[in-house]
Amino acid sequence: MSKTIEVEDLSFSYGNEPVFTQISFSVHKGDFVAVIGSNGAGKSTLLRLILGELTPSGGKIRLFDQDIRQFENWPKIGYVPQAGLQSSVNFPATAEEIVAANLFSQIGLFRFPQKEHREKSRSALELVGMEAYSKRLIGELSGGQQQRIMLARVLVNDPEIMLLDEPTTGVDARTVQSLYELLAQFNRDTGLTIVMVTHDISRAANYVSRILCLEEGSLVELSKAQVESELSHRHKHPIKIN
Amino acid sequence: MVAILEYDFMRRAFLVGILLAVIIPCIGIIVVLKRLSMMGDALSHTSLAGVAAGLITGINPILGAVAACIAAALGIEAIRKKIPKFSEMSIAIVMSAGVGLAGVLSGFVKNAANFNSFLFGSIVAISDFEMILVTGISCAVMLAFIFLYKELFYIALDERSARLAGIPVAVINFIFTILTAVTVSVAARTVGALIVSSMMVVPVACAMQLGKSYKQTVIYSVWFAVFFMVTGLFVSYYARLKPGGTIVLIGVLCLVLILLMKKVSTRFLLTKGEI
Repeated sequence: MSKTIEVEDLSFSYGNEPVFTQISFSVHKGDFVAVIGSNGAGKSTLLRLILGELTPSGGKIRLFDQDIRQFENWPKIGYVPQAGLQSSVNFPATAEEIVAANLFSQIGLFRFPQKEHREKSRSALELVGMEAYSKRLIGELSGGQQQRIMLARVLVNDPEIMLLDEPTTGVDARTVQSLYELLAQFNRDTGLTIVMVTHDISRAANYVSRILCLEEGSLVELSKAQVESELSHRHKHPIKIN
Repeated sequence: MVAILEYDFMRRAFLVGILLAVIIPCIGIIVVLKRLSMMGDALSHTSLAGVAAGLITGINPILGAVAACIAAALGIEAIRKKIPKFSEMSIAIVMSAGVGLAGVLSGFVKNAANFNSFLFGSIVAISDFEMILVTGISCAVMLAFIFLYKELFYIALDERSARLAGIPVAVINFIFTILTAVTVSVAARTVGALIVSSMMVVPVACAMQLGKSYKQTVIYSVWFAVFFMVTGLFVSYYARLKPGGTIVLIGVLCLVLILLMKKVSTRFLLTKGEI
């Protein structure tokens, strides 16, 4: 299976404070990966390195077999930031406007959106079950609905990789489950590669295909059995992951 | 014909005023949504340093203001990038430098009346050169805003995602910075340096209370700005008030009324149990 993300001996530090040292892993097409670890372990930093926002102090990152320094096809990568739209709740924009904004690579510079672009935005909203809210201001939507809008914004661009940073922050428990089900469905039906940073491993483990754990500057891949045993130990009762 | 429009200087004031009322909120909405509302203040104050430098050296003071504003806007953008978590600090730094420089340079200006006219503007004393300049700049800003509408929207909403979507964020930010600087410096001459930032923020604040989408908010902002400008010019002419200050005060009054009406209507709907 082809590799979409390849990380080799990656090191990064903030000043003299090392975050991780010589970590390596690959993500294949169609993987649904959860990246877990305690606060400050560098999970979000790892995403920012993959997005080319930070420069590693050592090692290599390759996206679609291309060195990240030469990589230009960013629209192939969709990104859902931590807290999603929560910092923009007062932004006077409708769900449809926010989703359509991500169609830039298909519309082009100095050009105006056409009927086909508006239809694409509507289809993306339909995919996440938010078509009825297309004309609503984002500030009028709940945290879970805002996250669905964020997913639609990414999906409208037909990405090959979706990176999510704590997508369930500020979302109620019932909505969390439906968000995970939605992600698992996209992964299953379209082969979309998903890399998701999360704290919520007890629920996420039921949906993901691989679990990477960042801890004390190194990265290890955990089997579901290892996660089950760790969670059972932590919660002092047996926990079963599907 | 309305008596006020029989005078050539008033016809010019209306033409220039309406053009500025269309372009200032177009810049203003992006500035407000990027949470840089005080940027207009910083630029307009710095423009005074350019005006003073122009008057001292014999260069057209508007061109001096444009140059100072561009330098200040680029300075704000550069500092904002260096300290993104405290981006509003960039405005305070540039404004302090601009006010300091304007204060020092104003001491060397021989014609103090000319310098003071830039503080509060002189929309009823527009020269041919200024009218052509405002018309040209207004057309350029309008065209840029229309053609960069979706790019400016996405950058204001989420700069990181805009970059991932393929938008050349640095280039668009640079163009927008220049447009802002040019608009502020020209507006400072007409409505006054101390008033231009209010013109940038107040119509947008009014529109944000009523707009049900980004597009609607942009349209309402422009309508509000034109309404404030035209009403302000009429009121100031008949009540013999300073036009710049009158325009802004009408805007603020309108904003207060909208906020009060919103509060009353929310309470009414709550009591009726509709929300």
